[in-house]
Amino acid sequence: MADALLTVSNLETYYGPIMAIRGVSFSVPAGAIVTILGANGAGKTTILKTICGVMDPLKGTVTFERREIQGLDPDAVTRLGISHVPEGREVFPFLSAAENLRMGAYTRRDAAGVARDLEMVYDYFPVLRSRADQRAGQLSGGEQQMLTIARALMARPTMMLLDEPSLGLAPRLVKEIFEIIVRINRDRGVTILLVEQNANMALHVADYGYVLEIGRIVMEDTCARLLDKEDIKEFYLGMKSSSVRGTRRWKRKKTWR
Amino acid sequence: MRFLLKTSYEQDLRLFRDAVQRNWYIALGLALLVLPALVPTYLVDISLVFIYGLCGVSLMVLAGYTGLVSLGHAAFLGIGAYAHVYFVQDLGLPWVISVALAAAVTAGAGVLVGLPALRMTGVYLSIATLAFALIIQEVLTRWERVTHGLKGRPVDKPVIFGVSLAHDAAFYFLCLAALIGGLWLTANLLRAPTGRAWVAIRDSEIAAQSMGVNRARYKTLAFAYSAALMGVAGALFAHKVGFLAPDIFSVLLSIQFLLMVVVGGLGSLHGALFGAAFVALLPVLISEARDRVPAWAGQVVALAGKDAGAAAFLGVDRFVKQPGLEPGLFGLILVLFILFEPLGVYGRWRKVQLYFSTFPLYKRATFRRQKTYMRSERLR
Repeated sequence: MADALLTVSNLETYYGPIMAIRGVSFSVPAGAIVTILGANGAGKTTILKTICGVMDPLKGTVTFERREIQGLDPDAVTRLGISHVPEGREVFPFLSAAENLRMGAYTRRDAAGVARDLEMVYDYFPVLRSRADQRAGQLSGGEQQMLTIARALMARPTMMLLDEPSLGLAPRLVKEIFEIIVRINRDRGVTILLVEQNANMALHVADYGYVLEIGRIVMEDTCARLLDKEDIKEFYLGMKSSSVRGTRRWKRKKTWR
Repeated sequence: MRFLLKTSYEQDLRLFRDAVQRNWYIALGLALLVLPALVPTYLVDISLVFIYGLCGVSLMVLAGYTGLVSLGHAAFLGIGAYAHVYFVQDLGLPWVISVALAAAVTAGAGVLVGLPALRMTGVYLSIATLAFALIIQEVLTRWERVTHGLKGRPVDKPVIFGVSLAHDAAFYFLCLAALIGGLWLTANLLRAPTGRAWVAIRDSEIAAQSMGVNRARYKTLAFAYSAALMGVAGALFAHKVGFLAPDIFSVLLSIQFLLMVVVGGLGSLHGALFGAAFVALLPVLISEARDRVPAWAGQVVALAGKDAGAAAFLGVDRFVKQPGLEPGLFGLILVLFILFEPLGVYGRWRKVQLYFSTFPLYKRATFRRQKTYMRSERLR
């Protein structure tokens, strides 16, 4: 894609001797929601960590706004406009919710803008306003997840990397959070790269999807078309086709192997 | 590279991985048996390596395997040393019984420290053990009836079953036997449920307890066992130094022990021994180098001219005779080591091993480090 905001090409990342990402290439167009699906251990989180600079790739490039950013330190990447929402709600447990949000705006110097964004964030997540003075460690899991997303938003990013925003949340909260993610994307034009286990939710929210398996991309398409594919239905959405008699006497194999 | 087909769970628990590894260890044992004949001058230093090795194993059990970092292990060494000397010289008990009693007394002290330690983790535990070490040092100074206070007390050569071990080589074998015994016991404990319980407590107390591990019991046990080993080491240490004074067992010695396990490589018995060799032999090597380097420098420069050689000898000699060079160099080597080899001597050893076992195919990237980030400890 010519007008891609973020392009990843031939990325290879290792954990010591273990190759976690085996030459992955994809691109994220500006203003879109792109999702990466995959089973446990496929390397989804590693891709996000490599993009945001927490890990260094051995080979390959990450290009953001026509600038190569692989191997930069995470703080430098954040200053360029990429906000990472890490897996497992990494809030600052001994700061209050409001202070956590102010930490999100750490890179910014315009006090008025920060105040406006704080209001905006409270509009997205009204729960946070009532919890503003509480220590983040005392918030519930869902509130902490909202807090991390809100905190990332406070940096006024051009792009957000969301790592498993639905992890450990009740189904209703998951729906709520995904609605807010879509709103953030539509209202503020923030490009979103979403990594999810919850394939159903992610495919309905996103525009374009990649399927990752053991460190390789095995399928890519628009989400509408991905939802129709037999393989995706069977292996990621858990829907089973059945024979005329209602029972199934064969085992389906993935088409890409 | 050898690959072992494991067909039963017991294979994972064996002391030696396979026959080849066992034979290597037997070869090492034989080498240590003939060593006294080869280097008679350094026997005392090597005995110290064995004693420190025992201390290292002791602290490794506590810090490396149970995750309780103690800054007061010199105090246990002191208790063991003084208790042993008191039992042997004042009460006239036989040597073996005295060592066993000293180990028991030290283990008791370990339990005493371990009990309050149940409520403390991380830095707080280190501070508590540090305070304990200072208290013990003070007790050793004041309790003159037993310890003879600051006057110090001379220690006789060990006499076991009527046989005097006054000779350096005899003492060398005594220390070697103690170290091998301690290692064997510890290795067996570590591959038993006890060892797994310790590692489980180190890695996640919550998970360990939900598996049914009694946290209080195993933490206290770790303290008691570690202290008992330290007591035995203390008894040998007393004979090694030949003269006990309270200021030997200072906080500095505790820090040196901790340094030993960190430099050696946390979480492996090999690491404890490598660290002991490092800490005990490096000062010897440095002082040897101090004696020889000026002459070498003089000879090398003398190739250019006789006068220049003499001048070089004098210059280098004056430089190495400066006070404080030895500890400075020791510290520098340490800092560099930790900087470039965070896994310690053992980590380097593994790399060398892998290099040879995979010979032309070794990849440096295998050990490439990723960025690391710290997290708050207060959450635990």
